[in-house]
Amino acid sequence: MSVKSYRQALNEAIYQEMERDERVVVMGEDIAGGMGAPGEDDAWGGVLGVTKGLMPKFGRDRVLDTPISESAFIGCAAGAAATGLRPVAELMFVDFMGVCFDQIFNQAAKFRYMFGGKAVTPLVIRTMYGAGFRAASQHSQCLYPLFTHIPGLKVALPSNAYEAKGLMTQAIRDDDPVVIFEHKAMYDEEMEVPDEAYGIPFGEANVTREGDDVTLVAFGRMVNLANEAADSLKASGITCTVVDPRTTSPLDTETILETVSETGRLVVIDEAHPRCNMATDVSALVSQEIFSDLKAPVKMVTAPHCPVPFSPALEDLYIPSTAKIEAAVREVLGKGH
Amino acid sequence: MQLNRDDLKEAYRRMCLIREFEDKVHDEFAAGNIPGFVHLYAGEEASAVGVCMHLEDRDAIASTHRGHGHCIAKGCDAEGMMSEIYGKKDGLCGGKGGSMHIADLSKGMLGANGIVGGGPPLICGAALTAKTLKTGGVAIAFLGDGASNQGTTLESYNLAKVWNLPAIFVVEDNGYAESTASAWSVAGTQTKRAEGFGMSGVEVDGHDFFAVWEVAREAIERARGGEGPSLIHVKLNRYYGHFEGDAITYKGEDEIDKIKATKDCLNLFKQRVVETSLLESDELSEIEGNVKSYIDQCAATATSASPPAEADLMTDVYVKY
Amino acid sequence: MSGNIEPILMPKWGLAMEEGMLVEWQVEEGDAIEKGQEIADIETTKITNAFESPLTGQLRRFVTMDGETVPVGFLLAVCAEEDVDDATIDGFVRDFKDNFVLDEAAAGAAEPETVEIQPGQSIRYMTMGSDSDEPILFVHGFGGGFDNWMLNQEALSEDFQTYAVDLPGHGGSTKQIGDGELATLTDMLQSFMSAMKIGRAHLVGHSMGGGIALDLATRYPDQVASLSLIAPVGFGPDINMEYIDGFITQTRARKLRAVIELLVDDPTGISPDMIEDIIKYKRLDGVGPALELLRDKNMPAGQQASALKDRLDDLVAPTQIIWGRNDRIIPASHAEGLPDRLKIQIYDDTGHMPHMERANEVNALISAIVKG
Repeated sequence: MSVKSYRQALNEAIYQEMERDERVVVMGEDIAGGMGAPGEDDAWGGVLGVTKGLMPKFGRDRVLDTPISESAFIGCAAGAAATGLRPVAELMFVDFMGVCFDQIFNQAAKFRYMFGGKAVTPLVIRTMYGAGFRAASQHSQCLYPLFTHIPGLKVALPSNAYEAKGLMTQAIRDDDPVVIFEHKAMYDEEMEVPDEAYGIPFGEANVTREGDDVTLVAFGRMVNLANEAADSLKASGITCTVVDPRTTSPLDTETILETVSETGRLVVIDEAHPRCNMATDVSALVSQEIFSDLKAPVKMVTAPHCPVPFSPALEDLYIPSTAKIEAAVREVLGKGH
Repeated sequence: MQLNRDDLKEAYRRMCLIREFEDKVHDEFAAGNIPGFVHLYAGEEASAVGVCMHLEDRDAIASTHRGHGHCIAKGCDAEGMMSEIYGKKDGLCGGKGGSMHIADLSKGMLGANGIVGGGPPLICGAALTAKTLKTGGVAIAFLGDGASNQGTTLESYNLAKVWNLPAIFVVEDNGYAESTASAWSVAGTQTKRAEGFGMSGVEVDGHDFFAVWEVAREAIERARGGEGPSLIHVKLNRYYGHFEGDAITYKGEDEIDKIKATKDCLNLFKQRVVETSLLESDELSEIEGNVKSYIDQCAATATSASPPAEADLMTDVYVKY
Repeated sequence: MSGNIEPILMPKWGLAMEEGMLVEWQVEEGDAIEKGQEIADIETTKITNAFESPLTGQLRRFVTMDGETVPVGFLLAVCAEEDVDDATIDGFVRDFKDNFVLDEAAAGAAEPETVEIQPGQSIRYMTMGSDSDEPILFVHGFGGGFDNWMLNQEALSEDFQTYAVDLPGHGGSTKQIGDGELATLTDMLQSFMSAMKIGRAHLVGHSMGGGIALDLATRYPDQVASLSLIAPVGFGPDINMEYIDGFITQTRARKLRAVIELLVDDPTGISPDMIEDIIKYKRLDGVGPALELLRDKNMPAGQQASALKDRLDDLVAPTQIIWGRNDRIIPASHAEGLPDRLKIQIYDDTGHMPHMERANEVNALISAIVKG
């Protein structure tokens, strides 16, 4: 056990799995960096350094820098997965999925079903998501709802360093294609993480706070904001249950329904745009299954239906905040009384 | 390496099997017995078989929407294929894939593919697996002239070359991307494109099994020897429409009939082996007869087979969920 | 600072404790209190427990009030003689607060360490207290870890050197447990003692760890100075398999909590963090198979395999046996009919974890047997 950053935790998970299983290979743009260049080898270790150090340990044959050709190398990773490797491909920013949509959604996701259960596709796609970096509209989106929509894919959103290592390890060991969403604002967040390898089962939500008044279901980085809101509301005598579903596919509907039934109130926090996102998905689930348990209308805290703006003045307005979550909690309580 | 008598008989058997299979599907589809849509490979048999005669199960191929021929050439079970096309539970993919997604990974057949240009990136992956795990295998993408204009294909040429993968791209140019002539839609030439990526690129007459077989041998040997990717531009013709039901109004008058009369790959093969006394005429006739009755039996089996059950709807989405 | 003003500080219970909440004072300002008297309930992220006064004196001032959460080492109350005036106490409190810094080194002073007992097999342990020839060695039970002794190790370390280990298959130790037999774990523990150059120790073993301690005491009698067995295995066939199987199979906090609650008489002290720590432990590679092997080897057919009771006659070391009357894992009736020379202590309203549920009393018993 030692203190590790989200970045280190991801790195350690990949490192340990590469050590354990020679079929695990890593590929992506600048995943080592400096390929073919006169300067330093392993120059970058991925654009934000998550894979730094893997190439010197495992060599160029297993840590593969790619040309900037997402269609080719994500498709390649899918083909490699179907034929015996266990590739971990980095799609640098999830926004770039636009150029490899087919390889993920039509190919990797569907092999097993289309081929009558005879294919396994142990593919992991790592990708960065989320706003807050002043990176504007094409480098800041969430997009996990799009992946969640596709049967055959699994989607994980680690909310801290412990979760990052466990979910990454699980993803690499999983025989289905998994997309891991790494929030770029969390790479330097640190906590105690076991040194040993461990997996966190998919589809098992983590209840991070237990309370009586409102259930907060939050995704990815929003879990931390929900925890902060819950801790802050405690001073006003309001106690919240906070649920981190960990994976949007599979989704732990059981824990969501159970905790919402207990409190009778739900606030869903999702950094994605508000239409067809996880907040609407969870709201629909709850209203369909346990409408009669609700004491107040469901409230969603999401980004607005606009592209992610560049200007800090606008981006700060765009991202859901602890204050917005607290306000939503107070609102559902007010309406319920 | 030379083709011996058994090889020649096997090659002819596979080509006949494809022709007979496709003719049967054509008739059955017209009769309304097959759901969805199908794209037939008849006329192009020498390409699939000329290439796949060199391959083993450790070698992988990816195919196209026009995939029946590649499946048969790579050793997929024709009866399972027929049942699949009929949407039956006993089909090669349990009736869940259909004509455009027939696959058998145990045979190194990574699937027909409903997405034009879907195969080349996958084949880079299969080639990477072979290279990384040192299986000695090669990976081959069959793609059409239409797919040759997809970004995925050009990206894959680049990736295969940059990573020096044992990958081969077989561009089956039947002159038409759907209804659009490749003469119009393809800028430059396929072989010059290959050259631009630093790969060997050769053009070959796809009606001539022996010509295809020879260029494939060279490319596969290079790939197995660690010398990287190659491209083969196969010029050929399809006898049926882009899909079944296509009235083929875009082709010239007598275009297909002339090809059938002068360049049919089965006839050319037969002439060559008989004239050079490699095989006897009645040996070939026997193969034709056997194939015909086998395909009739496949269709009969597929017709009478059971469809998938309701319980099958939600299986095979995930390995574990 | 005045020599006759003495502070009472927030204690540190276990590695992870950084702060604690003073749930409720059990005494009043102005009361005379005695060392060892339970004066308050303190809640940490892991557990809620009675806090024993570290000193005897007159409690003059509460500084931390009911419901307040303060860091480890922060001032809870002030004791002083009657002749110290209020202004002096005010000054003392002010000075304390002004000078209080969150000292992370102090807050997390002891860190666990590891030692290799064989190539590739290491044991994690925590040691506290000043060096001695015959330290106390705490041995936890099935599924536990060194942190199970959070209410005992630090307290006893004031007077003794102490070690608490993670057994093989547990915590931060190797997950290789060989054939999974109790005797194998005993031998690995003995290897740990050798590796640490502990010639002789006072063993305190809980549940499965009690069985290991007893096994070690009979097979290596020279190495055991005294034996404190808390709800040990080996004294009868009964064991609650609902607990054992539930512990192994439940992966979700809420379901696991119901299992863990079987351990204690009053489950309110079990915190979400404690459950979470168990879940995190169970996720580690190798833990699931190790726990299953331990179960299959030591509790085949739903009963305890080892009958260690017969070995009591061979014991040389002074031995005491401690049990909770309401133990729902291994019944306290296993303590009946034992030889008279053994000291037997059974606590009412106590479950399978007397060292946590009756920490102060158990600490006193351990202290007594160690002192001889």
